[in-house]
Amino acid sequence: MVLRVLAPDSPVSAQVENPLRKMELVCPAGSLPALKAAVDEGADCVYLGFRDATNARNFAGLNFDEAAITTGIAYAHAKGRKVLVALNTYPQAANVKTWHSAIDRAAAAGVDAVILADPGLMGYAVKHHPELRLHLSVQGSATNYEAINFYYEHFGIARAVLPRVLSMVQVEQLLEKTPVEIEVFGFGSLCVMVEGRCALSSYVTGEAPNTHGVCSPPKAVRWQETPQGRESRLNGVLIDRYAPGENAGYPTLCKGRFDVGDDKNYYAVEEPTSLNTLELLPQLLAMGVAAIKIEGRQRSPAYVAQVTKVWREAIDTCVANPHRYSAKPIWMTSLDKVAEGQQHTLGAYHRPWK
Amino acid sequence: MKLALGPLLYYWPRETTLAFYAMVEGASVDIVYLGETVCSRRHELRLSDWLDIAKRLRAAGKEVVLSTQVLIESGADVTVLHKITRNTDFKVEANDMGAVHCLASKQAFVAGPHLNVYNLPTLQWLASLGAERWVMPLEMGRDDLALILRERPANLQTEVFAFGRMPLAFSARCFTARHRNVPKDDCQFSCIHYPDGLLMRTREDESFLVLNGTQTQSARVQLLLAELDAMRALGVDVVRISPQASNTLEILQAFDAVLKGRQSAAQAQQAIEAYLPGEACNGYWYGKPGLDQISTPAPATDRQPALA
Repeated sequence: MVLRVLAPDSPVSAQVENPLRKMELVCPAGSLPALKAAVDEGADCVYLGFRDATNARNFAGLNFDEAAITTGIAYAHAKGRKVLVALNTYPQAANVKTWHSAIDRAAAAGVDAVILADPGLMGYAVKHHPELRLHLSVQGSATNYEAINFYYEHFGIARAVLPRVLSMVQVEQLLEKTPVEIEVFGFGSLCVMVEGRCALSSYVTGEAPNTHGVCSPPKAVRWQETPQGRESRLNGVLIDRYAPGENAGYPTLCKGRFDVGDDKNYYAVEEPTSLNTLELLPQLLAMGVAAIKIEGRQRSPAYVAQVTKVWREAIDTCVANPHRYSAKPIWMTSLDKVAEGQQHTLGAYHRPWK
Repeated sequence: MKLALGPLLYYWPRETTLAFYAMVEGASVDIVYLGETVCSRRHELRLSDWLDIAKRLRAAGKEVVLSTQVLIESGADVTVLHKITRNTDFKVEANDMGAVHCLASKQAFVAGPHLNVYNLPTLQWLASLGAERWVMPLEMGRDDLALILRERPANLQTEVFAFGRMPLAFSARCFTARHRNVPKDDCQFSCIHYPDGLLMRTREDESFLVLNGTQTQSARVQLLLAELDAMRALGVDVVRISPQASNTLEILQAFDAVLKGRQSAAQAQQAIEAYLPGEACNGYWYGKPGLDQISTPAPATDRQPALA
């Protein structure tokens, strides 16, 4: 099934023609209170997931049942905002129907779009719910225009969320070659690996984002006080060891301290830190990025409120006068307070990070 | 079942790489995957060099497949991708959906292990676009594979990663350059110093992962010799051996001996034990954490301890 065909290598400039178009703020909601906080503080879209492995934040006590989704959609729509449902894990061979049913439920609830990673699931959505708007999830690992245009031609995706691996120049080059709206991550915990291309968690625990919608799942975590210090383990593997008085972070396995060669006890892969692209907003706007995504469905309603408030103000300020925009210190301070590791980085947007 | 040599995941000096593939010409292997799949900065061999090797291997009777880079970021990366997918001489293994886009409905291709094919509808879709073989995701187990193969599309071959350190994750960041405290853009091609990658250990000295430039591998070595009979029964067509710095040919011989019935799996395993760069593991195959080693096919509820 091919829905659309783009001429090979043709530049497509749907976004760049109107660089001052509205830039949407897409905020996370792990619960109804978080959704309301996001809407109240000015999110254009709120994204959420069902209470199962069909989404990449499959944590206990998090996410939405049918009643909460209905209430949430009514709340958002009453204020003219959108609700997106993330169904962005990969349907597992034994229970593909669970994911199909999730698509049906999302469509029936009247969501504004579903965020998908699996081509088979996109095919199902196109066949059974042709009016349903499709976003390509970051878990789809589409990092180049050939990949994004492929999903566009076959499934008519309206938007793609970029993995957090491209530099600003690479994002701009990609935008010139696709008719698909591009959403990028603006703030939140940072995956150092390409999303959808990381099996580290299943290597250690048997469960990973692609298969179970989790990374370094809480049930595999053990904390131990030892003479050497406080230790965090993931299914028995020592992820980090903290000196007395040192802040201990969640043992996401790529953010622990390890030994490599003669280098002892360093963040060999990535230190706990948050992505924060506030200072890049004018450039992202000028190059035609359609939406900024905030990470953190696992975070509290207070986090969602705080981050949404800052980003709403920043985007409005930037759109009103991009040439005079600069990230206000008070925005940065209030975001750092809620950031993982209480520090921030520009991530891959800034080449030296790589 | 056929035996395949996967793409070389490490960065070896040019002469080492050429000598390795000269040896492979005479090795007991049916299919050879070639090309740089990890990092576009690696340049000891250019595409023209890989094509020369491909021609020699084909002349030696091997089926040759060109593998595309897994993480394609820049315009230059896409240009290289186009050069590979537009070649008319050799089949291509697509390692991202951009590559599939370039090959779909134009020429038969191999759907590589990083395309995230976890279910039948997605596999059927790829087959409809011209996939003639797919490589099971590393983290998929035998039970899910069995379900998929029960209804697999006609004429679609299945390949399983059966030996080697597993390429588990990809990043824009180079962890080898990070270790040597140099930026990626001026990485000084650090990974050439680590022919089997750079071992990362936990603070209690357990071998945990291997840093291979922008790729992160398992420190343990996936070893599915004892599982070959089960694979054959399920309908697996090809098993993949991933190249390592030494004794790759002996590994190929061991698998060949078991596939052809000259040796038992236990005998072959004993023969190659000394050649493993790390401890063996097979957990993924049994639906467990990938680093687990299940000594005998165990009932589904039996959980093995991990590294502790």
